[in-house]
Amino acid sequence: MGEFEPRIVGFLCNWCAYSGADLAGVSRLKSAPNLRIVRIMCSGRVDAELILKAFQLGADGVLVAGCHPGDCHYQEGNFKALRRVLLLKRILRDFGIDERRLRLEWISASEGEKFARVSSEFTEEVRKLGPMTLATFLVEARGCEQEVAV
Amino acid sequence: MSKPKLALYWAASCGGCEIAVLDVEEKILDVAAFFDLVFWPCAMDFKYKDVEAMPDGGIDLCLFNGAIRTSENESMARLLRRKSKLLVAFGSCASDGCIPGLANLTSREAILQWVYHGSPSTVGAEGVRPQTRVNVPEGELEIPEFYESVKTLAQVVNVDYFIPGCPPQPPQIAAVLAVIMEGKPLPPPGSMLGAGEKSCCDECGRVRHEKRLKRFHRPWEIEAKPDECLLDQGIVCMGPATRSGCGALCVKANMPCRGCYGPPPRVADQGSKMVSALASVIDSQDPGEIQWILDQIPDPAGTFYRFTVPASMLHSKRNGG
Repeated sequence: MGEFEPRIVGFLCNWCAYSGADLAGVSRLKSAPNLRIVRIMCSGRVDAELILKAFQLGADGVLVAGCHPGDCHYQEGNFKALRRVLLLKRILRDFGIDERRLRLEWISASEGEKFARVSSEFTEEVRKLGPMTLATFLVEARGCEQEVAV
Repeated sequence: MSKPKLALYWAASCGGCEIAVLDVEEKILDVAAFFDLVFWPCAMDFKYKDVEAMPDGGIDLCLFNGAIRTSENESMARLLRRKSKLLVAFGSCASDGCIPGLANLTSREAILQWVYHGSPSTVGAEGVRPQTRVNVPEGELEIPEFYESVKTLAQVVNVDYFIPGCPPQPPQIAAVLAVIMEGKPLPPPGSMLGAGEKSCCDECGRVRHEKRLKRFHRPWEIEAKPDECLLDQGIVCMGPATRSGCGALCVKANMPCRGCYGPPPRVADQGSKMVSALASVIDSQDPGEIQWILDQIPDPAGTFYRFTVPASMLHSKRNGG
């Protein structure tokens, strides 16, 4: 077994954080390669269920990044993300998951440097926390694809 | 021609589902006339060996309530699966884990520690706990093993249909049994029976306005207006994240929905849906104030996942962060 490499899923909003990541790329800034980026239209569209699904499928950390407060392309989507993440962190705690595995950041389109820093910092933080221990079995528990009422 | 065979069994459950079956009232006579009751430990004297003696697939319909907490629960689930043509997860425990499943927010060790040593009413020799096997002069005794976590029925065996609810509402049970007795075609395996296709709010008659919450209340802290949405009034009501089918019973009694019908269609994780719903209606943009508002909810995991911890995406508390 080699050294533990954290698997991190990043939900980045199209208008700010994703553009920031893009800028970090074109500026050739160095950052940890552990972040798997999912581009979304707004941080407010990241359902809490999606974050849990990332953990369920084996993510060691999840980053949600959106526009700075007041800058949201859709006025207040990032505040929804803020409230969601704060509440979800309490749920994670009750399930025995370190809340530092879920991180919310505001990154603007011009903050390529911040993106690179956050990405590396978060990777190191999750590395210290170690691999996420999955429950003995994490299956599609309900086994219920089609649903028709009688 | 012999009658179709019906079995009912309870695993880790409270017995409420058994009462719900009897609550179909006089229709129970039709059920008794139509089916040959071959196994129902709660109501009649049958032994496990009677079931073992049946041919595989010999039971036409098995209504299985209760979650899987012990090795006895699991072996009965496997046995009844083998013997039954149709195995139905009956009620919230079998479908989602329900109240016994809340134990997944702690550990097996913590439960045994409290029950046999910690609780003030317990007087016991230090370190003495029931063992799965123990030798006594008369021979070896065996009791079921207490598992690390509670599982749903579908997490142990293949389940044909699910009937949600804590307990399933008698009119819904009667309707499902009527469909089976009339020999009407059933939906594809894996379907929900006896429940709706929308959220509990769809069945609720209260008037809803735009939700803007500055704080949460517990039901006893305020006198809730009888015809306005409880969530609008700051009472955490699970309606938005709960499947319809009960007829909004709790809400009609001026109490918030607790979520026993499980997640609505196309939702895998009831609790996180509630997180998303509540986070959207909190009326604040200030991190400190948001935290203060959220702190009014004393036990978010136990409230949002009251009936679905084992069926949730995270299943159980893990050790080691």
